[in-house]
Amino acid sequence: MSDNQSLASVQPAADKGRRMLLLAGTGAVGAVGAGFVAWPFVASWTPSERAKVVGAPVEAFIGELQPGQLIRLQWRGQTIGILRRTDRMVEDLSQLGDELSDPESGNADQQPEYAANVHRSIKPEYLVLNMHCTHLGCVPEYIPEVGAQPFDENWLGGFFCPCHKSKFDLAGRVYSGVPAPTNLAVPPYSFLDDDHVIIGVGPEGAA
Amino acid sequence: MATPASNVSRQLSNVGAWIDSRIPVSDFWKKHISEYYAPKNFNFFYFFGSLALLVLVNQLVTGIFLTMFYKPDAASAFASVEYIMRDVEWGWLIRYMHSTGASFFFIVVYLHMFRALMYGSYKSPRELVWILGVLIYLVLMAEAFMGYVLPWGQMSYWGAQVIISLFGAVPVVGETLVEWIRGDFFVSDATLNRFFALHVVALPLALLALVVLHLAALHEVGSNNPDGIDVKAKKDANGKPLDAIPFHPYYTVKDIFGVGVFLTLFAFVIFYAPEFGGLFLEPDNFNPADPLVTPQHIVPVWYFTPYYAILRAVPDKLAGVILMGAAIMVLFVLPWLDRSRVRSIRYKGWGSKILLAVFVVAFIRLGMLGMAEGTYWETIESRIWTFAYFAFFILLPFVTKYEQPRPEPERVTT
Repeated sequence: MSDNQSLASVQPAADKGRRMLLLAGTGAVGAVGAGFVAWPFVASWTPSERAKVVGAPVEAFIGELQPGQLIRLQWRGQTIGILRRTDRMVEDLSQLGDELSDPESGNADQQPEYAANVHRSIKPEYLVLNMHCTHLGCVPEYIPEVGAQPFDENWLGGFFCPCHKSKFDLAGRVYSGVPAPTNLAVPPYSFLDDDHVIIGVGPEGAA
Repeated sequence: MATPASNVSRQLSNVGAWIDSRIPVSDFWKKHISEYYAPKNFNFFYFFGSLALLVLVNQLVTGIFLTMFYKPDAASAFASVEYIMRDVEWGWLIRYMHSTGASFFFIVVYLHMFRALMYGSYKSPRELVWILGVLIYLVLMAEAFMGYVLPWGQMSYWGAQVIISLFGAVPVVGETLVEWIRGDFFVSDATLNRFFALHVVALPLALLALVVLHLAALHEVGSNNPDGIDVKAKKDANGKPLDAIPFHPYYTVKDIFGVGVFLTLFAFVIFYAPEFGGLFLEPDNFNPADPLVTPQHIVPVWYFTPYYAILRAVPDKLAGVILMGAAIMVLFVLPWLDRSRVRSIRYKGWGSKILLAVFVVAFIRLGMLGMAEGTYWETIESRIWTFAYFAFFILLPFVTKYEQPRPEPERVTT
């Protein structure tokens, strides 16, 4: 304000409208330029080409997996669990409806379309799961034993997060009233044959 | 005839005048030190401003030396810290000065903030002093968090994993944002490398700039005091405030005494309890980071635990993150929540005193609960204290508006 006044007193005939237009124009062009300069710096923080290559799909051999056994492997730095469920485990999945937040896999972000079912997998027997808790990324423990647990009196087996006590069933479905907001994520995966699973690639034809 | 000695002193004062006519050194000294008038009734709680500066200098100096030996690389970071601890001459001391300094920084800053709450130092005309202080506190938290990641131990790694994934709670862009912060699909070398850059260059610069502004704002409006009254109101014949004394030599001497006591305690911890029972350096952080194994019990360092307790108290991720953010952000509007006529708790009514007492207990209790396992009853208790924490800010405008403060004295009391 005082700048304008002093300018006016030095140069009473100054065209204020023209001056404002020039100021606004210079400011706008400068802002666009600053945006273009800022972009490379902002973009430099996104995953590099090398990180993307390292994040390529991984293959797992499941031919010797025993019923009830869980194996862990790494894909993009995430712990991926492959669980071969027993028949009883698969049957128990339908018992829990009331205590779960999303029993029907309604949240489409948490699994590919081909795993959006009660057992949350392509084949009911095999569960492929991103093991990181959807609360804050810890890896829940696999506790298959049925019976009273310190954290649940009627435990049917599942995953229990030691960090903030979130509970998930044997399909990675989250219990109500725990910090984790959603079911454990199912990564894109497909079967190469009966003994091999590939993590990071969906079945042919699937989105 | 002039003696040689007076010749030398005359030449020295000529040099001084030569410099002064080119850069205002003695003006600056007078304005901010020798003729900065501070209220004469400062008490114990007024040590912590200068102590915070001392710790800042300690962090800068020890930090510079640590970067001479540390390697910001996921494959060698952990080993380079062990190298500093075992092989570098006096490396253990420099590193413990830095790690202990981080915790002492927060002890000092929390007491400094408590002083402001007690004596109303955030109230007009010191709103910007307070806001700049809260900004310093925010940058300090970012600085401390990223510093804790650098040793690349288990707690470094999983602490980073938990804190970064908080940003994943942002609707729609959450996952992209998390990937952008990490620079990878998981917490990795890219994350460590950028945190190193921020921890040793970007954030310290921001911190220093904010400290300069904090002090510039303080020296513009003048220091508050335990009575919360304006010492500039009563002046002597020379225009000097009757109830204020020059910072130098009076408060420099007082502060040097405080520095002596502080350094004694500081040295005691560095030499006898540098891990401080797992509070300053957590046991899990003596294991190298392993992305495949989550520690049983992830807790942040003690100075973050009050907010962590608030986060855990909420059974919904987004709401928890929002509430935790709100717990810090609400500090910015504090100057406008307090509607009392008086500044100091000494002259406020019982309502204000009870509010402040409950707030302090809530903060400490939340800090303890944030370290705990998080059982059912602990969660219930966290919710109660979270409620109390926010009740302080919600009730403050009403209590301070309706309560009847006691009359303030004309002059400062001792």
